[in-house]
Amino acid sequence: MQEIPINTYSSPTVILDLIYRLKVKDVMSTYIDTVTKETSLREIQKIMREKKITGVPVTQGKRIIGIVSMDDIIQALDKGYIEDPCLDHMSRNLIILEDNMPISFAISYFDRFSFHRFPVLNKEKELIGMITSRDITSRLLVEINREVENLEKQQNNNRPTDPDAIDGELHSYTIIRLDFENAGYASTQIKKKLKKAGVATPIIRRAAIASYELEMNIVVHSNGGELLANYTPEKLTIMAIDRGPGIKDLNKALTPGFSTANDWIRSLGFGAGMGLPNVKNVSDDFAIESGQKGTKVTCSINLAPKEITENDSK
Amino acid sequence: MTVNDLAKIEGIETIFLADGNQEFSTAYTGDLLSDVMGNAEEESILITVQAHKNTIAVASLSSMPAIITCNGRDCPLDMIEAAKKENISLFTSAFSQFKVSCLVAKVLGC
Repeated sequence: MQEIPINTYSSPTVILDLIYRLKVKDVMSTYIDTVTKETSLREIQKIMREKKITGVPVTQGKRIIGIVSMDDIIQALDKGYIEDPCLDHMSRNLIILEDNMPISFAISYFDRFSFHRFPVLNKEKELIGMITSRDITSRLLVEINREVENLEKQQNNNRPTDPDAIDGELHSYTIIRLDFENAGYASTQIKKKLKKAGVATPIIRRAAIASYELEMNIVVHSNGGELLANYTPEKLTIMAIDRGPGIKDLNKALTPGFSTANDWIRSLGFGAGMGLPNVKNVSDDFAIESGQKGTKVTCSINLAPKEITENDSK
Repeated sequence: MTVNDLAKIEGIETIFLADGNQEFSTAYTGDLLSDVMGNAEEESILITVQAHKNTIAVASLSSMPAIITCNGRDCPLDMIEAAKKENISLFTSAFSQFKVSCLVAKVLGC
C-alpha cells in the first residue's frame, strides 16, 4: 500500500488548489521501459534489476495489455516458470489513469488500490507514461515549497507600516507672540515624535534645543509666526518663519550674549543672547534670512549619522 | 543618587514628587533658560530661580528629572500642573541658588 497522506477534500485551500490544478501528465514519468507479450519473465527480471523498477508494462503497439510486477517475478521464480513469455503470467487486471485527470485522482487511487504504479493513457487509450506515489510526493513537495514562499511574501507585503516611522511628514505649529503659556508645545511634540521613532537620545536632545530656541524666539521677539518640522528618515528640518519685525543686525544676533530682550523677558530667563547661537551649534545645517516682513530660520539635524559625531555632545 | 534623596535634604521642600526612584548624577545651576538648555547634561537636576511654567518645558526638553526653585519663589499652579504632566519632580527652597547647589553637591559627594 502506497498511501499518500494528503486528504483530497478537506486539506487547506492551497493544497486542494494544487492537487486539482496539477494533472497526472504533469507528474508522470514519460521515459518508460515496455516489453511485449513474448518477452520472457527472466528478461523482465533483468530489466527490473538494471532500471531499479518494480513493474514493467506489457504493450501491443501503443496499447497496454498487462503489467508484470515484482510479485509476478517472485511467483515465477518460486514456481519455476521464469523462462516463460510474460503473456500468461502478467497481471491483466489493470487500473489505469488518464493523462488529464487531476492528481487528486491519483492520490485516492494509491490509497484505494494496492498497486505501486499506475499506467497513464491518453484520450486515444495509448500508453504515454507511468505514475508512482514517489512521482506525486516529490512534485507536491516542490509545489508546496513554492506556495509557502508566495504566502510568506504576501504576508511580508501585508505587514502594516510602522505608525511611528518617520516618512516625509510635515507638521506645522502656530506660535503666538508673548504666549508663554503654550511656549514649548511644538518642541515637546517634535521630541515625542523622534522618541517614538527610536532616534538616538543625543540627537533628540539637539532637535529639542533647536526647536525650543526657535519657538521661544518667535514668542519673545516676533509678531508671531509658525514652526514647521519636516521629517524624513535621514533628517529633521525645522523652519521658523515669523511675521516681523525682522532682525536689524544678523551678525550681532548670532553673537553669543547679544540680546535685544527687555527686562521682563530677561526676568523669565529668556533673552540671554544664547538662542540663535545655540540653534546654530546643535544643527548640522543652519540658514537665516531676515527682513522687515519677517525672519526665516532653517536648520536641519541628521537623524541617522553614520557615527555619533562630536556635535552630539554639544 | 535618586530624586527621593533630594526630598530628605533639610531646607528643601517637596512640591511634587514624580518618580522618586529616578537617578541623577549631577546638577546644573542657572537662571538663563537658553544657557540651561545649551549646557546642562542629560539627567541632571536644575537649580534655578525661574519659578514658572517655561522652566518645566526646558527641563522636559533637556531630560532633567527634577527642578529646585530657590530664594523662596512660589511655584505658580500652572507650573505645578505642567510638572505633573511632564513627570518632573518639583522642589522649592528658601535658600539661594548657591546654598542649594552646595547642599546638593554635598549629598552628591562632589
